[in-house]
Amino acid sequence: MENSEQATPTSESLEATAPPFLAALQREHPEWIAEVISAFGETTIVVPREHIVPACQFLKTSPETQFNFLSDICGADRGVEEEPRFEVNYHLFSTTKHHRVRLKVVLNEDDVHVDTVTTVWKTANWHERETFDLFGVVFDGHPDLRRILLPDDWQGHALRKDFPLRGYEPYSLK
Amino acid sequence: MSSAPTIPPQFEIVDQPLDTQMTISMGPQHPSTHGVLRLELVLDGEMVVKTTPDIGYLHTGMEKLFEYKKYQQGIVITDRMDYLNPLGNNLAYVMAGEKLLGLEIPERAQTIRVLMCELQRIASHLVWLGTHALDIGAMTVFFYCFREREKILNLIEAASGGRLTPSYFRIGGLMMDLPAGFENRCKQFLDGFPPSLQEFHTLLSGNKIFQRRTQGIGLISAEEAIDWGLSGPCLRGSGVDLDIRRANPYTGYEKYDFEVPTEPDGDVWSRYMVRMREMKESHKISVQALSRLRPGPVKADAPKVVLPDREAMKSHMDALIHHFLIVAEGFDVPAGEVYFPIEASKGELGVYMKSDGGPKPSRVHFRGPSFVNLSALPVMAEGEMVADVVAIIGSLDIVLGEIDR
Repeated sequence: MENSEQATPTSESLEATAPPFLAALQREHPEWIAEVISAFGETTIVVPREHIVPACQFLKTSPETQFNFLSDICGADRGVEEEPRFEVNYHLFSTTKHHRVRLKVVLNEDDVHVDTVTTVWKTANWHERETFDLFGVVFDGHPDLRRILLPDDWQGHALRKDFPLRGYEPYSLK
Repeated sequence: MSSAPTIPPQFEIVDQPLDTQMTISMGPQHPSTHGVLRLELVLDGEMVVKTTPDIGYLHTGMEKLFEYKKYQQGIVITDRMDYLNPLGNNLAYVMAGEKLLGLEIPERAQTIRVLMCELQRIASHLVWLGTHALDIGAMTVFFYCFREREKILNLIEAASGGRLTPSYFRIGGLMMDLPAGFENRCKQFLDGFPPSLQEFHTLLSGNKIFQRRTQGIGLISAEEAIDWGLSGPCLRGSGVDLDIRRANPYTGYEKYDFEVPTEPDGDVWSRYMVRMREMKESHKISVQALSRLRPGPVKADAPKVVLPDREAMKSHMDALIHHFLIVAEGFDVPAGEVYFPIEASKGELGVYMKSDGGPKPSRVHFRGPSFVNLSALPVMAEGEMVADVVAIIGSLDIVLGEIDR
């Protein structure tokens, strides 16, 4: 993240360019924002893990934000050596205001737990199951946290960087 | 000796079968599940009590594969996700890459992208229409739809060389310009399409059986549709006026004149009507795009990213060096992450692309519209008959290649 575009803007420049939803969140709940990244015309808000559900609830219901549509949740692995190693990205969209934001939660490898947002949007159900399946991120409070793409008895999490691309052992149902 | 095998409770033999609920497995080989989808249905008589979709039969680890391929090699993987709308997948992927690189795409390339994507949308909807009608019992429509689709596939083949896997768009523009005579062939098809669309309406829309099989079936309200993340025709079939071509325009869609059809009822019939009307709008956009084609470059002016012309490569040393480097080593993409959504034929197709610098992405994720739309199936199917589940699956227009990735 050395790229100059990537650097967190200073507070002055942020106020000049900050989208209205960010201002609302900063005014109401500054403690929910760990970092704001503006790059490539997109806004990313890094949210501390314990605040993700209230932050989503606020962004969904507040009249200034109205992020009523959860586009996507996807995990990412920064690399085996990195700490914190995992990211969970929430892509929010508003069907009325048509703006988008990305929320990001970073997780350490030894404690890959984050609270579920299925209570906020029902569509989070399958996205979280997919992230659990492929990255091993555990969504606490999820109603049905099972593997979704890989078989139930699969070992490991396929999209982690230390999971091999190829294997020569045939998969069997035992 | 080993003991007798235990029978799971749902398969135990009971005295009064009609008084109990029954669990059946529908698929993965069931023809109307459009691929390899398995549904676990809990039935009370013929009434569906609970539906549990079981997916993953086609999982091939495409998102893992992206991390091991250079950016330009990833384009061919995207073709194989939603194989009914490969140009849409190409577009979302290359535009995510272009956003990271900050490339400006020439006017002609953008117009061709719009034209090809709208043709592809019509082709995708034609497959949906044919198979959806087939599922419900109207066989004839299928042949008419595939006759028209064949013409579109021929056009796509003329432009890209591939029928189902075109890989026509490249990061920075197009693979190559349209071939000579393409505009006439395209015009010929576009002139003949509105009468064909009228044929489909004659075959189905006034058909009483089809209406009875679709109206009031598979209901989902606008609030629930948004809550479940439905997008595309499924969302507009619940009366929500949302089209990403309008909401977050890309590749010049803001310059085209078209309507976003919505239907208020949220049933199978509404979703059917939305797609039928959408084909008309796609035809309208295609006609506009074709009339706006002006001569010009189809590749961005970015020699380190875009392959040079063959002629330049043979006569200029620097072009030869760039060609060699792009093919052998790929091009470096600045570190960062983007999410690029487009309106694919089935809904919001979003590509999340994360780069750590270097010629290979660190993570590529596809937000497939089919994946999300299918997750709402249990809500729509609850309380319906088993035969209606088939109609509802057809109205969602799912492609398992995109769901399982």
